[in-house]
Amino acid sequence: MDAIRTEQLTKHYPIGFWRPRPYVALHPLTLAVEPGEVFGFLGPNGAGKTTTLKLLMQLVFPTAGFAEILGRPVGDAATKRRIGYLPENPYFYDHLTAEELLAYFAGLFGYRGADRRTRAARLLDEVGIGAERRMQLRKFSKGMVQRVGIAQALVNEPDVVFFDEPMSGLDPLGRRDIRELILRLRARGCTVFFSSHVLSDAEALCSRVAILAGGRLVATGRLSEIHALEARGWDLVVSGLSPHVLEPLARSGRVLQATDIGHDRYALELPVTEEPHALLTELAPAGVRLVSVQPLRDSLEDYFVRQVGAATKDRGLGTA
Amino acid sequence: MRTLGYVAVNVFRESVRDKVLYNLVVFAVLLMAASYLIGQLTAGQDIKIIKDLGLAAIATFGLMIAVFIGIGLVWKEVERRSIYGLLSKPISRAQFIVGKYAGLVLTLAVNMAVMVGAWYAVLGYMGATVSPAARAAWVAPATDPTMLKAVILIFVELMLVTAVALFFSTFSSPFLSAGLTVGLWVIGHFNADLRNFEAVVESPAAAWLARGLYYLLPNFSAFDVKYQVVHALPVPVAYLASTAAYGAAYIALLLVAAVAVFSRRDFK
Repeated sequence: MDAIRTEQLTKHYPIGFWRPRPYVALHPLTLAVEPGEVFGFLGPNGAGKTTTLKLLMQLVFPTAGFAEILGRPVGDAATKRRIGYLPENPYFYDHLTAEELLAYFAGLFGYRGADRRTRAARLLDEVGIGAERRMQLRKFSKGMVQRVGIAQALVNEPDVVFFDEPMSGLDPLGRRDIRELILRLRARGCTVFFSSHVLSDAEALCSRVAILAGGRLVATGRLSEIHALEARGWDLVVSGLSPHVLEPLARSGRVLQATDIGHDRYALELPVTEEPHALLTELAPAGVRLVSVQPLRDSLEDYFVRQVGAATKDRGLGTA
Repeated sequence: MRTLGYVAVNVFRESVRDKVLYNLVVFAVLLMAASYLIGQLTAGQDIKIIKDLGLAAIATFGLMIAVFIGIGLVWKEVERRSIYGLLSKPISRAQFIVGKYAGLVLTLAVNMAVMVGAWYAVLGYMGATVSPAARAAWVAPATDPTMLKAVILIFVELMLVTAVALFFSTFSSPFLSAGLTVGLWVIGHFNADLRNFEAVVESPAAAWLARGLYYLLPNFSAFDVKYQVVHALPVPVAYLASTAAYGAAYIALLLVAAVAVFSRRDFK
């Protein structure tokens, strides 16, 4: 059973009052997320990420298609007990304190008395809200509200958690804390579905990603499976390489580029067909030693920009 | 049921911490205190003035509180997006609406209790300080408990106004909701005239339309027994019960309609 599944999930919004025309916020989306995965839902602003999350939370209703969470239709009361949700730019009640908010939400999950309060306190500790927890939320900074938002999403120890732009409004320290929190959630088997346009977060955390642009799914899979992200060469730093050894390698195309970086070291770029280990074994008798090696690949950023650019061109303005 | 309780208590907590509400209640209490001074200017009519002004202040400020909190709470939740986090929890949209309404009524009840307490305190002071000869001329004691019948009906009326405001707030802006609620309240006070419209118009269609509106719109004038209690005229318990039951039925209909509208709504 998939943790999350959508089948041709579609959302149109009518635009205009007298003669409403449909605006396609989400083209038919078919997606499956396995239990225990950290799944990145990526795309630029207006790509349809938040619309998808709202459909999964039944804050909006689909025009067509359906979605399931933990094998049951979205909105199912029993399923709601097992999920957590952080909305984008969350906002809570001005006059409540962080403690009161969490105790309130814990009550909705059926936690009673002292359990509500201890649960609230533990979660606020976990997201780094200290003495401020007794302040009214209207006095909180954006980053602090975001932390409270993350805490409230976890109040029921969910099996599946949905984070809409969880790093938004956080400083570098906060981002690191939330990354660690997501990794802890993964370690205890929680499925994490998070939307982001910060690709480094996805690279650091996700087992799989889906990329959305212009309301359409443009790619999905493991990062290593996305074709454009496969190695397109190798970047080596070696020591002890003399020009007379380098010259035939460059001439034959086995080394595409060589840069003298000083201290008896060269940075070499090899084609993807050249196996670094074999080359180093061959050059070892000439005194060449490996300093570092890494595959050369497009960053997710490069891929993202290319895919999103193409999808936006294809889509026009996104009206149907 | 517990879920409704949590939502209602949260509404109450949010409302009582809102300073605007305090200002309204403080102003109403001050007005009642001032009615004592006004009463001093009118020889022989002082106690009636205090009773009249007090009930009018409770009804007017109660109306302002009902409209003010009724139109804003659902709209604010949607507009500020706090509803996103809430509806992802195990709570249905119907529970949300009914819980909100219960919280509004609780807020209204506490505010009315403060106003009625202040009113009775002024009346009690008046009763204790006036001469026995003057007291003998009164048609009813200063703190006549039968006046609570008018308070009860004002409370039911305000519960109905709150339900109207909540209903409108499920699909319109606070400004429009306020206009529609107050408009309906005004029309509702002249509702009895619609019943007799056929006596003054010749067109049967207009008469039918007026009769239809009479049955459709809430009859707010039925809740007004202020004149009777101030002048110690009888207000039968049966009238009190049937009017309260009418209010309860109308409130139930409005809540069902509010839930129906709200349950289909997309939160973009």
